[in-house]
Amino acid sequence: MTSNKRRRLLALCASFGLASCAKQESTTPKSPGAGLSMRPYGDRSPFEKTLRGARESTKSIGVGSSRTPLHELYGTITPSSLHFERHHAGVPVIDPAQHRLLIHGMVDAPVSFSMDDLRRLPSITRPYFIECSGNGGGELAGNAGADASRSHGLLSNSEWTGVKLSTLLSAAKMQSGASWVIAEGADACRMARSIPIPKAMDDALIVYAQNGEAIRPEQGYPLRLLLPGWEGNASIKWLHRLHVASEPAMSNQETAHYTDLHPTGKASIFSFEMEASSVITRPSGSQKLAGAGFHEISGLAWSGRGKVAKVEVSTDGGKAWQAAVLDEPVMSKAVVRFRLPWQWDGQATVILSRCVDETGYVQPTREQILADRGPNSTYHYNGIKSWKVEADGSVKNV
Amino acid sequence: MFEALLLSTLLSQTVTGRPASAEEIRKFDITVFPDGKGLPAGKGTAAAGKEIYKAKCAECHNEKGEGRDQQYPRLVGGVGSLTSPKPVKTVGSYWPHATTVWDTIFRAMPYETPRTLKPDEVYAVTALLLHWNGIISETFELNEKTLPQVKMPNRDGFIPDARPYQKLKK
Ligand code: HEC
Repeated sequence: MTSNKRRRLLALCASFGLASCAKQESTTPKSPGAGLSMRPYGDRSPFEKTLRGARESTKSIGVGSSRTPLHELYGTITPSSLHFERHHAGVPVIDPAQHRLLIHGMVDAPVSFSMDDLRRLPSITRPYFIECSGNGGGELAGNAGADASRSHGLLSNSEWTGVKLSTLLSAAKMQSGASWVIAEGADACRMARSIPIPKAMDDALIVYAQNGEAIRPEQGYPLRLLLPGWEGNASIKWLHRLHVASEPAMSNQETAHYTDLHPTGKASIFSFEMEASSVITRPSGSQKLAGAGFHEISGLAWSGRGKVAKVEVSTDGGKAWQAAVLDEPVMSKAVVRFRLPWQWDGQATVILSRCVDETGYVQPTREQILADRGPNSTYHYNGIKSWKVEADGSVKNV
Repeated sequence: MFEALLLSTLLSQTVTGRPASAEEIRKFDITVFPDGKGLPAGKGTAAAGKEIYKAKCAECHNEKGEGRDQQYPRLVGGVGSLTSPKPVKTVGSYWPHATTVWDTIFRAMPYETPRTLKPDEVYAVTALLLHWNGIISETFELNEKTLPQVKMPNRDGFIPDARPYQKLKK
């Protein structure tokens, strides 16, 4: 056994808390690993180091974000431990036995649900992406991210389980004239967003599970709103109150923030849908191709308006485009993985991807977005992302 | 269709959730609307707000609302900057409704101890921020009636989702 291998095995043993296993290894290299009960809640291999990225400056207080390392992941489901985060008053600790969801306002039957009440109701399970509408804001502003985490990491995709919001609103018997519902979280800042009733009655969910287990504290444990395809900020976490009303509350988050300022000085408000977007994750910024020859180009595509219909990839800086393979099943408002085999000739080039969704909407270029709403619109950026492959195989942001 | 029918019958029989009492709703309902609905009775002036601000806000937002580092937002200034290359979005230059200022302070501030200010204190620091932004005078009494009537400089600055797709859709 090479010393390198031995060191790694020792590390594995140490992480399992098994000193004796390390000792044994020198005499019986083929001895079995740790037993079944050693890790009742499993963890990844100690060789795997992928982490969420966060800006140091925002770690000290509870206001800030962390990013999913898209360039280091596979498939479409984001491991719950690597789901991006965005908090405005940290992550609250909530006892699910005490947690209630109150529905009141313009309803005939104000009602309070416990977690058990909610789990008794008909459930629905589906994959959906959540994307912060600030995702790509740096790309728009001209400070493009060095890797796919920095450029697009405020995007994650999970399988969610919960109850249709329409079921709950029907139980509360909405009054005529009700046209908005104000959702509020139980975090310290009582984050609040106003949601139009048509969305609430369409595909909005109240979810308690993520990837087969209770949702993570960072994602709103024990309960969050999930608005498929809409900007992540509106999918209120730690949901504890739904206020049915005839008008929006014009809360801090939906006026002072998450509004897109145009060069005219006017700002668009309630731009909820996340438009079609895509990013190549392999090869992408910070990676290095081992040499000329075969490489698979692979990435993620998504649309807040439905299914991804097509992803095209260019390997010559945008002159020629080829249709990529979309890995089935392609689900509405969920991330899809696209792939294209590529024979790299070893010359420097630029690779890019372009998503078209089922409504026929084509992912725009950065220039088109700048022309449409200028450099200070901050949110809802979905421009085509390109990566420069240098002749030495290193991949950089352009 | 059949499933939906069956479900509505079943749900009307199985009451999951329990009726919420008026008291419970009062305890949790802190929503404030632009027309003033939801504002509690109370009053305050900028003059009265100075001491509260110094004691409970200045530590983070700085002496006169200038903000601090990137973490603690600036609360004052920026009027006229929205069309410039470097827009400064603050309570004064950007926020469309004065009720949102009251609501934000009551529900979320001071950051470490939110919802500990009494309504009169919230009216007073709200008045101070509006005064520093040149919107009301130092002696103007802000209360549940006058607050919703304050016209913010950027009141008419918002338009619906204007992305190109919206035009295609029609
Ligand atoms: C311990 C630090 C701290 C203190 C004390 C504090 N704040 Fe804040 N305040 C913050 C932070 C951090 C934010 C940004 C929150 C976010 O990004 O969601 C903020 C946001 C705000 C905002 C919203 C600004 C915007 O543009 O969205 C207002 C208004 C505000 N504070 C007013 C006050 C007032 C009034 C007080 C005193 C009663 C106060 N704050 C005390 C830290 C503080």
